[in-house]
Amino acid sequence: MGISGACRDLTILSVTPAGPVGAQFGCYYLEMDNPGLDPAVAGQFVMVRPAAFGSDPVWPRPFSICRLTPDRLTLFIQACGRGTDILCRLAPGDPVTVWGPLGQGFALEPAVPTVMLAGGVGIAPFMEYAATHPAPGNLSLVFGHRQPLSCYPFAELSQLVRAEAFEEKTPDDLPRFISRLEKTVAEFAGGLILACGPRPLLLTVARLARRYGARAQVSLENRMACGVGGCLGCVEKNALGQYVQTCTEGPVFWVDELSLSEDA
Amino acid sequence: MSADTAVRLPGMRAKNPVMTASGTFGYGMEFAPYGDLRRLGGIVVKGLSLKPRTGNAMPRIAETPCGMLNAIGLQNCGVEAFLRDKLPRLPFKDTPIIANLYACDADEFAELAGVLAAEEGVAALEVNISCPNVKAGGIAFGQDPAMAGKLTEAVKKRAGNKPVWVKLSPNVTDIVGIARAAVLGGADVLTCINTLTGMAVDIRSRKPRLANVIGGLSGPAIKPVALRCVWQVCQAVSAPVIGVGGVSSAEDVLEFILVGAHAVQIGTANFMRPDMAFRIAERLPQLMDELGIKDLDEYRGTLLAG
Ligand SMILES: Cc1cc2nc3c(=O)[nH]c(=O)nc-3n(C[C@H](O)[C@H](O)[C@H](O)COP(=O)(O)OP(=O)(O)OC[C@H]3O[C@@H](n4cnc5c(N)ncnc54)[C@H](O)[C@@H]3O)c2cc1C
Ligand SMILES: Cc1cc2nc3c(=O)[nH]c(=O)nc-3n(C[C@H](O)[C@H](O)[C@H](O)COP(=O)(O)O)c2cc1C
Ligand code: FES
Repeated sequence: MGISGACRDLTILSVTPAGPVGAQFGCYYLEMDNPGLDPAVAGQFVMVRPAAFGSDPVWPRPFSICRLTPDRLTLFIQACGRGTDILCRLAPGDPVTVWGPLGQGFALEPAVPTVMLAGGVGIAPFMEYAATHPAPGNLSLVFGHRQPLSCYPFAELSQLVRAEAFEEKTPDDLPRFISRLEKTVAEFAGGLILACGPRPLLLTVARLARRYGARAQVSLENRMACGVGGCLGCVEKNALGQYVQTCTEGPVFWVDELSLSEDA
Repeated sequence: MSADTAVRLPGMRAKNPVMTASGTFGYGMEFAPYGDLRRLGGIVVKGLSLKPRTGNAMPRIAETPCGMLNAIGLQNCGVEAFLRDKLPRLPFKDTPIIANLYACDADEFAELAGVLAAEEGVAALEVNISCPNVKAGGIAFGQDPAMAGKLTEAVKKRAGNKPVWVKLSPNVTDIVGIARAAVLGGADVLTCINTLTGMAVDIRSRKPRLANVIGGLSGPAIKPVALRCVWQVCQAVSAPVIGVGGVSSAEDVLEFILVGAHAVQIGTANFMRPDMAFRIAERLPQLMDELGIKDLDEYRGTLLAG
């Protein structure tokens, strides 16, 4: 029985590049032991602070739970800055403090046709979603990416669900991806739409969901300092114009709960 | 374990000097999963105003070397909702709960103090005359000795038997002048310091990293400034001082006690890991044992300077 939320001092079991790693780009799987974290709902996240952070960077970093089993916690991390660079260079045995599962995960409606719209590293929570879904036959994935497909857990996901990838190579590809999204949203207007990825993708999904009257959830990646509701730094404006914390009331929201804007 | 960590403050006793700083520990319960709130020396809750406030636009926070900037803008649920929904869930019988007050003028401060003074669960009133992130008042209150004195007096008159803490800004040329004015106005305790005003910008997008452009700097980066302020204020006034600014270890706690503080508040370090304050409170008596410090009164203000 886990203690909800409590901080766990874990050790890294492995750090594995997910595919080709370049000077500018790399995605990694971080595996840690799991000494009793509470079971997670897919879409929930953990806060992570390796001892190597010292007092700089000050903030821990939030990551979606990519996979949580009774003996393993797996994160899927894109190295894109100071904190993620440090994390992706950890070695087996290195100490890391983790707390979670935090926040609200994705809705689960096993009997309802459900599509997962993922952009880049936003694919992470859908690993857990697909792996724990009781009827994966009702699940589809549309995945937009810029790096080679082998950098992402796309092959694994394709074995579980109907999956389609869309590579964005040039700026011209973006409008084509958006029309692909529109087709999907229209198709799943009577089902359930789940989206995770860069903010522009989420804004597009929200706009399309409104146009087609579809039920859609988005997972926000607002900057977080504490991850536990203590700082009020991670807020998003809700439909009533009030600021709500994305770490406790999100990161997953129904699009009609929010009034999403460009800035975050 | 033999060291005595207890601290006597006007109108209250704290079992240890490790408190949490306003705005960095929510309304308290957010951190209950990470430790026993009764183990803390005190909990200062998020700044409260008479009416709920929405706060500033996003982005509100930015990370900086060994610290962060914030411009939350005092988003809060309002004093009424705090007293109804939050306070009853806190262990106020075992740990002092300190309300942090924000208002736009002296009348509002007085009214807010009056509401809170009637509450059994509130151990003290901490007056925020140093918030850098609001349009009305805020930091300007804490930059003018006359104003600081006047606001303290207004709160003190309505505070009944509740001790009044005044939280000072480091964004002044002479913090001692403000400290003296607050004490003359009736402050029982001084809290030093609030955040330092600062900025961060992005050279590519040419945008400020905070929507508010300017924010308050906090975290380990500001500890030397906080220590200096506490030292100067302790030299000048006899009211107890609570040190705040970059505390992230039991060693840091003793540094503040050494320069004269009665207690400390943990702020940004609560974000580093949510059990930080609990860990520091647990570690402190061990560290005192290691250093041969029997109690904090004996150690306080014993800096060998000059
Ligand atoms: C709930 C949640 C789940 C997440 N899940 C994953 C995941 O599964 N895998 C993954 O790789 N990443 C995930 N992220 C994003 C991840 O937290 C950030 O990439 C990471 O914090 C960046 O840290 P850094 O120190 O490497 O980058 P920094 O050096 O801090 O910043 C690099 C760049 O990223 C921007 N940035 C920093 N933090 C964020 C943020 N939180 N959101 C958007 N932009 C940011 C900065 O402005 C800067 O441009 C998630 C974020 C949230 C809030
Ligand atoms: C996100 C955030 C919110 C804050 N909100 C308040 C507040 O509402 N009232 C107040 O008096 N101080 C507030 N502060 C200031 C802190 O209480 C503290 O004085 C300051 O952060 C310095 O301490 P630190 O370096 O330990 O964080 C806030 C600080 C931060 C980082
Ligand atoms: S990250 Fe601190 S309140 Fe959400």
